[in-house]
Amino acid sequence: MDVSAIKEQFPILNQEVNGHPLVYLDSSATSQKPVSVIEAVNNYYREDNSNVHRGVHTLGTRATDKYEGAREKVRGFIHAESTAEIIFSRGTTTAINTVASSYARANLTAGDEIVITPMEHHSNIIPWQQAAKATGATLKYIPLQADGTITLEDVRATVTDNTKIVAVTHVSNVLGTVNPIKEIAKIAHENGAVILVDGAQGAPHIKVDVTDLDCDFYTFSGHKMCGPTGIGVLYGKREHLENMEPVEFGGEMIDFVNLYDSTWKELPWKFEGGTPIIAGAIGLGAAIDFLLEVGQDNILEHEQKLADYAMEQLRTIDGMTIYGPEKRAGLVTFNLDDVHPHDTATVLDSFGIAVRAGHHCAQPLMKWLEVSATARASFYLYNTNEDIDSLVDGLLKTKEYFGNGFK
Amino acid sequence: MALNNLDTLYRQVIMDHYKNPKNRGNIDGDAMTIDMNNPTCGDRIQLQMQVEDGIVKDAKFDGEGCSISMSSASMMTQAIKGKKVEDAVKMSHAFSDMMLGKDIDTEEFDLEDIEALQGVSKFPARIKCATLAWKAMEKGVNED
Repeated sequence: MDVSAIKEQFPILNQEVNGHPLVYLDSSATSQKPVSVIEAVNNYYREDNSNVHRGVHTLGTRATDKYEGAREKVRGFIHAESTAEIIFSRGTTTAINTVASSYARANLTAGDEIVITPMEHHSNIIPWQQAAKATGATLKYIPLQADGTITLEDVRATVTDNTKIVAVTHVSNVLGTVNPIKEIAKIAHENGAVILVDGAQGAPHIKVDVTDLDCDFYTFSGHKMCGPTGIGVLYGKREHLENMEPVEFGGEMIDFVNLYDSTWKELPWKFEGGTPIIAGAIGLGAAIDFLLEVGQDNILEHEQKLADYAMEQLRTIDGMTIYGPEKRAGLVTFNLDDVHPHDTATVLDSFGIAVRAGHHCAQPLMKWLEVSATARASFYLYNTNEDIDSLVDGLLKTKEYFGNGFK
Repeated sequence: MALNNLDTLYRQVIMDHYKNPKNRGNIDGDAMTIDMNNPTCGDRIQLQMQVEDGIVKDAKFDGEGCSISMSSASMMTQAIKGKKVEDAVKMSHAFSDMMLGKDIDTEEFDLEDIEALQGVSKFPARIKCATLAWKAMEKGVNED
């Protein structure tokens, strides 16, 4: 994989921030976009913009073909059986909420259980809290090991006959933990439960085969995988989606509308009320083309090397705490002794280095880690070892600034 | 930007308040308690105040956060102690103006250490850190 050639395809990375070349280490928050994605969105608005599924005119057909073409690309990308199972959403959050509002409320009653983990992003916690409150179901957590992983023994101990939904993240956005989805899905199914996977940090980095994983729902966002913001995907097994009620009603999703009653379009459109995110879907399609051309295995291997190098280099810094397991996805969450992560991030920014600082939308996990906030450097296909060297250099200066400079 | 530009943000007096905060802890006895957090970053503060006859008799804080939020809380409690509630609120408004980069009337308010936070206005991402304690104080006196 030729990283410098890849980097050249990301125009945003070719700039200075605060007088230093930009070092972008915040791809877990959102990834940057290659020219091909920017152009796909641009060209759609320049040449094809029209509403989909209605106009008889040529532009309407072109827009519809591109929009539905993007759906087919997503289907192929996650190896779903049919495009009927690919629902475009605003992002992972909306996708999870659709399942929590529709499937969960229709299938849960008092005494049932929803099982999640403490490493979930808020978007895979709160929809289930709300569904539990609405239905009288109980929310249960699979406990974490000291290194921030879960064991299958604990999954087996937590998931019971009363469990109806298991919702877990594919990859933790804080710890970098990669969860054994296929095995968890098996345990869920043995207990008669369905499994929803939060793939926001999974799909951008790991090859996803929903058929092989045998997950009932898989959700992800376009903007974390080189696509535009505002577009995401809800994959669901057809048997579930067929039986689910839509959560948004209006144009685009209807079959017949009478004065007092209406019927819905077939899948996947019954879940896509209103004019859809056409440009976003087309941009996501271009992002998928881009990732497949680079090669998902190449990307994963590159990120693993970056993560290993980052762990090795960051450990050379005195007073450094790294959170999460040894084997991890391409991100490192850390704290420097006696320096608050916001201050760390501000000093790094003064050197053009972008990292995330805060609770990473995972407050229960922060509580478990016994910290109020952490700093996180996250990597993608355009990052290099030099970026990590810049980070280490910036962190040494941060330490010096807050330590020696103010004693 | 290099480290010397950071000095406009991290002034020595800020670091002194961060490392050795004033009025950190709890008030013994009756006091109003205000909890406030900054949901975007996780900073949180608990402010306690005793107000008698319209005067802030005592103010203490506890919490977790960055150097800017904690030093600002330290300075804020120091500044409002012994002040009339209405003057404390005026100072809070002046502080908000200062964060927006506006000129403020330093004749009317003796900001003392607080002036050191002026540099925060150049770092938009950090303004909410500096205003957290002041917002907590305003919430407290408004509810009183």
